[in-house]
Amino acid sequence: MINRIEIYTKSDYEDVHGQEVLADITQLGIETVQAVQVLRVFLLEGNLDSETLQRIAREVLVDPVSELYCLGQSGAPAGLAQATIMEVHLKPGVTDPVAASTMMALADMGLELESVRTARKYVLLGGLSEKQKQLIAQRVLANDCIEEVIFGADAEIPLAHVAPYHLKISQIPIRELGEQELEELSGKKDLFLNVAEMRAIQDYYRKLNREPTDIELEMLAQTWSEHCVHKTFRGTIELVCADADGKTRTEVIDNLLKSTIARATSELNKDWCISVFEDNAGVIKFDEEYGICFKVETHNHPSAIEPYGGAATGIGGVIRDPMGTGLGAKPVANTDVFCFAPPDLKLQELPAGVLHPRRVMKGVVGGVRDYGNRMGIPTINGAVLFDERYLGNPLVYCGNVGLIPADKCFGSARSGNLIMVVGGRTGRDGIHGATFSSGEMTHEHETLFSHAVQIGNAITEKKTLDTLLTARDKGLYVAITDCGAGGLSSAVGEMGEKLGAVVDLDKVPLKYQGLSYTEIWISEAQERMVIAVPPEKLVQIQEIFDSEDVEATIIGKFTDDKKLVLRYQGQTVGELDMDFLHGGVPKYTRQARWQKLQLSEPEITEQADYTGDLKAILSSYNVASKEWVVRQYDHEVQGGSVVKPLVGLVNDGPGDASVIRPRLDSERAVAIGCGICPQYSDIDPYWMALAAIDEAVRNVVAVGADPGKIAILDNFCWGNCNKPDRLGSLVRAAQGCYDAAMAYGTPFISGKDSLNNEFQTDSGQTINIPGTLLISAMGIVTEAQKCVTMDAKEPGNVIVFVGETRDELGGSHFYKLHGQLGANVPRVDLQAGPKIIHAVAEAISDGLVRSCHDCSEGGLAVALAEMAFAGGLGMDVNLSGVPVGRDVGKNYQILFSESPSRLVLEVHPDDIGKLAKILRNVRFAEIGKVTDGIRLVIRNRGNHAVIDAEIADLKETWQKPLRW
Amino acid sequence: MAQVKVLVLRTAGTNCDMETCHAFSLAGAVTERVHVNRLIEQPSLLADFQVLALPGGFSYGDDIAAGKILANQLIHHFREQVQQFIDADKLVIGICNGFQVLVKAGLLGGLNEGGGADREVALQQVTITYNDSGKFEDRWVYLEAGTDKCVFINPGQRIYLPVAHGEGKVCFADEQVKQQVIEVGQVAYRYVDREGNFGDYPVNPNGSTDHIAGLCDSTGRVLGLMPHPERNVHPTHHPRWTREAVEKPDGLSLFINAVNYFG
Repeated sequence: MINRIEIYTKSDYEDVHGQEVLADITQLGIETVQAVQVLRVFLLEGNLDSETLQRIAREVLVDPVSELYCLGQSGAPAGLAQATIMEVHLKPGVTDPVAASTMMALADMGLELESVRTARKYVLLGGLSEKQKQLIAQRVLANDCIEEVIFGADAEIPLAHVAPYHLKISQIPIRELGEQELEELSGKKDLFLNVAEMRAIQDYYRKLNREPTDIELEMLAQTWSEHCVHKTFRGTIELVCADADGKTRTEVIDNLLKSTIARATSELNKDWCISVFEDNAGVIKFDEEYGICFKVETHNHPSAIEPYGGAATGIGGVIRDPMGTGLGAKPVANTDVFCFAPPDLKLQELPAGVLHPRRVMKGVVGGVRDYGNRMGIPTINGAVLFDERYLGNPLVYCGNVGLIPADKCFGSARSGNLIMVVGGRTGRDGIHGATFSSGEMTHEHETLFSHAVQIGNAITEKKTLDTLLTARDKGLYVAITDCGAGGLSSAVGEMGEKLGAVVDLDKVPLKYQGLSYTEIWISEAQERMVIAVPPEKLVQIQEIFDSEDVEATIIGKFTDDKKLVLRYQGQTVGELDMDFLHGGVPKYTRQARWQKLQLSEPEITEQADYTGDLKAILSSYNVASKEWVVRQYDHEVQGGSVVKPLVGLVNDGPGDASVIRPRLDSERAVAIGCGICPQYSDIDPYWMALAAIDEAVRNVVAVGADPGKIAILDNFCWGNCNKPDRLGSLVRAAQGCYDAAMAYGTPFISGKDSLNNEFQTDSGQTINIPGTLLISAMGIVTEAQKCVTMDAKEPGNVIVFVGETRDELGGSHFYKLHGQLGANVPRVDLQAGPKIIHAVAEAISDGLVRSCHDCSEGGLAVALAEMAFAGGLGMDVNLSGVPVGRDVGKNYQILFSESPSRLVLEVHPDDIGKLAKILRNVRFAEIGKVTDGIRLVIRNRGNHAVIDAEIADLKETWQKPLRW
Repeated sequence: MAQVKVLVLRTAGTNCDMETCHAFSLAGAVTERVHVNRLIEQPSLLADFQVLALPGGFSYGDDIAAGKILANQLIHHFREQVQQFIDADKLVIGICNGFQVLVKAGLLGGLNEGGGADREVALQQVTITYNDSGKFEDRWVYLEAGTDKCVFINPGQRIYLPVAHGEGKVCFADEQVKQQVIEVGQVAYRYVDREGNFGDYPVNPNGSTDHIAGLCDSTGRVLGLMPHPERNVHPTHHPRWTREAVEKPDGLSLFINAVNYFG
């Protein structure tokens, strides 16, 4: 029989979860709910007397100080008729880690139960309509992919058992289909393949003289998806560039990746690059004994549908990239960059099928927090950006840095090796993730693709990691990769590309029965790694996994016939040639168009005072403090923190980049930073790309990275690149990447693109995101103790401006404030920029710089304000000395222009001479002093204050908007 | 004298084991990371060590409650050995999740910690629950030593360490328990501001009763605390090392005191 125990919080303790739910309900616009109580429900199956149940509740389930328990169903609070009871249960078969832990705890007590299940019970006080109840259940309480909601105390709890699967091999006739029918088939099966690709598949099966099975077709669709093969970046592009006067010029680009991004890396040919663009993450040399690798991925579409789960599995997934690089790296840092619509959007302006941006943001931050923190990996760098166009299509970039022994940077499977899957079990979660992310989002995606969202369990991944590192160091496997997009299909398919493989799908451990062989093969269930194990090492490696309760199973072996054979219960259910699988995707030519936009500069009247403008920019969501996000991440676990994301007198100033010592026994460190400026992409994505690289490099150099050892990563998030204008802008950005990487000497070591970031509303309107390029930078820091931070340090010190301010307010925050876009986008000077970077790095290395801050969003005024309030010190600055370009005469230009390659330094007066020598080849000037006052005063040429404000006031303005 | 041996206990979800080992080795100890399964198989392993450290993390994903499952394992598989360990004049430290485990295993915060030989399970009279802020937070806090009887702690010293937790609020079953714990000198640390004054959030980062950040037992040899001393053992750990001279990292003293206890 099933025994129910309910646990609830004592009335004199905060019901933290209840309050969270209440806040979310209010967010939905439902204001009649006054209170929410959350109860934990345990359903224990077995013959247990009441005394035993009491003991279980008392000793294991309840916190004796803060909670109470009830055997059986607890009643609704007396006197309040308007109580709604809802209970959230896991769907049949979904893994329940709490139940598993409870079983274990009960076994420790000597109690063997038949089963344990858990649920959450919500008691909502206040009047609600049926429709509202449904809305709350769906939007706040439950994740439809894995959970179901039952209403009322008497409702029957869902059955735990699911029907077993019976083998039925299904063939899909394709040989006789015409063009239109092929297209229909692709659409009907969510294959996201175009006609040319469907034809290639048809030809293949015509030659084989048979029809494909479902698993073969699914695997081809997955392997050939944009997400997996990056058809856009590797295909041929015909770019038509149109001048302002209508003259056009055509350029044919064969393989955009090879002709821009990867080309820069190969031409730079740095001897410290160990493995680039070939593994799950790019690896560079850290020191003589270790390499360090970095990978950044996006998880946009899943996060749009289910922000918490989507983001959690986004970070969980990217952590597995370094884990699956070479013979496996140890993850040492996470990064996260998010783009959302403004969080103050009115509810009635929300299109159908779209979650409110505030909810998306809270969910995404929560997902990254819970997964990253549980993995014990510090989340050290990131950014949060806002633009209306990210409404239906938020961007969630997650990155991971890993440390890898120098002799473990490469692995390769050999024929005869056993294929072992390690870690999580396979379930129905995440099916079609790769194909789903390769298509455009629509208002119906939320319902249609809910199964594409994976379910994460960080502890499973942590256990898996712990044991894999042990096995790695003992040399018990020869190759490793992660199960990411495409699941086992991709992992085994790629690892065995040059070999061939036989897989017995019925051997794969499942979360629950009922999965078909195809589902097993393409599931994107989380926390799974695939390794190639020499048969003679099997006993030893199995022992390691068993000793820490990690599941590891042999599912097949690598062969040498370059065929992939899939079997279920001994019967062949699919057979593909590796050559066709990996090389059969037809190359095709895409049309791209780039036309320079006809834009003009606005007329803005000079004002006498800009304090109000500065405050408006400081309080804009893009510039405002992200402390609410940063503090929720453990940014110090692993004990290597050197420069934290928040710095200054009271640890709350915005650091340029973070630094960690990944080896606790060494003073060598690594700086992690990023650059992202989609605001310039509306004017010209070429200059946006340059600005992003310049910013990323400047950020890591500003804290102390060696500019000669900076590697960068590209992550493109673009609209639908089947449309020539989107593709044209993508090409422009990629060309910018090449030019900037060459100029700065910063090779790309890895990257990823996510195309098709568009959203179609129910009224048929398409919202295209601004082309958004994230550049992540990893720079080696030779000596941790030479790092600097951005907060002003000491009254009397001199403020030095390095670089040149030009009339470049196009896309700037200042123009945005005035409702303008402008035309003069910031342009990186590829001659001067790298010189500035190297000179400033030398000054930092010589110990001449007390603080250093990059000058970017919001320009000089924002940079100075941030330095002042982070250091709790005043500043007195005069704009007359700032080196400017031609056409710069107005104060607002000097204050708010976002010209790149500029930094602000704080230097002790005694060191000015030495600094000047180092800066002799670049433009710089002393522009003011740090004071012991409480005001930031910025004066014009006539010595009149154009900005004058108390630093505490500026700081409050900056902190308030996102202090949730 | 042979080097002090520290057993750093880990399990699924433990994640501060490496840096805890590192901190102890800086203090001159030798450390071994031991999975709880090994200790369950062979509880006598413990006898080879002088210090038992339960590091931070999310053991078993905080299932049921933070620290609960590991505490339950301790109670049912090697509580006796832990008790003998303490009785043998050895040391136990629980940091963050490790503190939660010690409290939930009844080894801290009761007046009858360890339960005594005749008890089935020690009565848990203290708990550690959700932060008042309702969220996980990583921030640095000042701590004032609350006792002069704990081996790990320099009496009267004010130290600066980071906290990183979502459940760190110490609560007592009733007023009487609280008073007793305070009176017998078992409050190891209290959250204060830079000048040593008590304050609300964020000075007290989780709303802990009586500003309590850590507890020790009646012997002074068992310490549990929410803040992470192992995260302040290097000059560049201090969040303001680029603006203030850091003479000796505050966290190191706890580990040195532990090692010196056997010197």
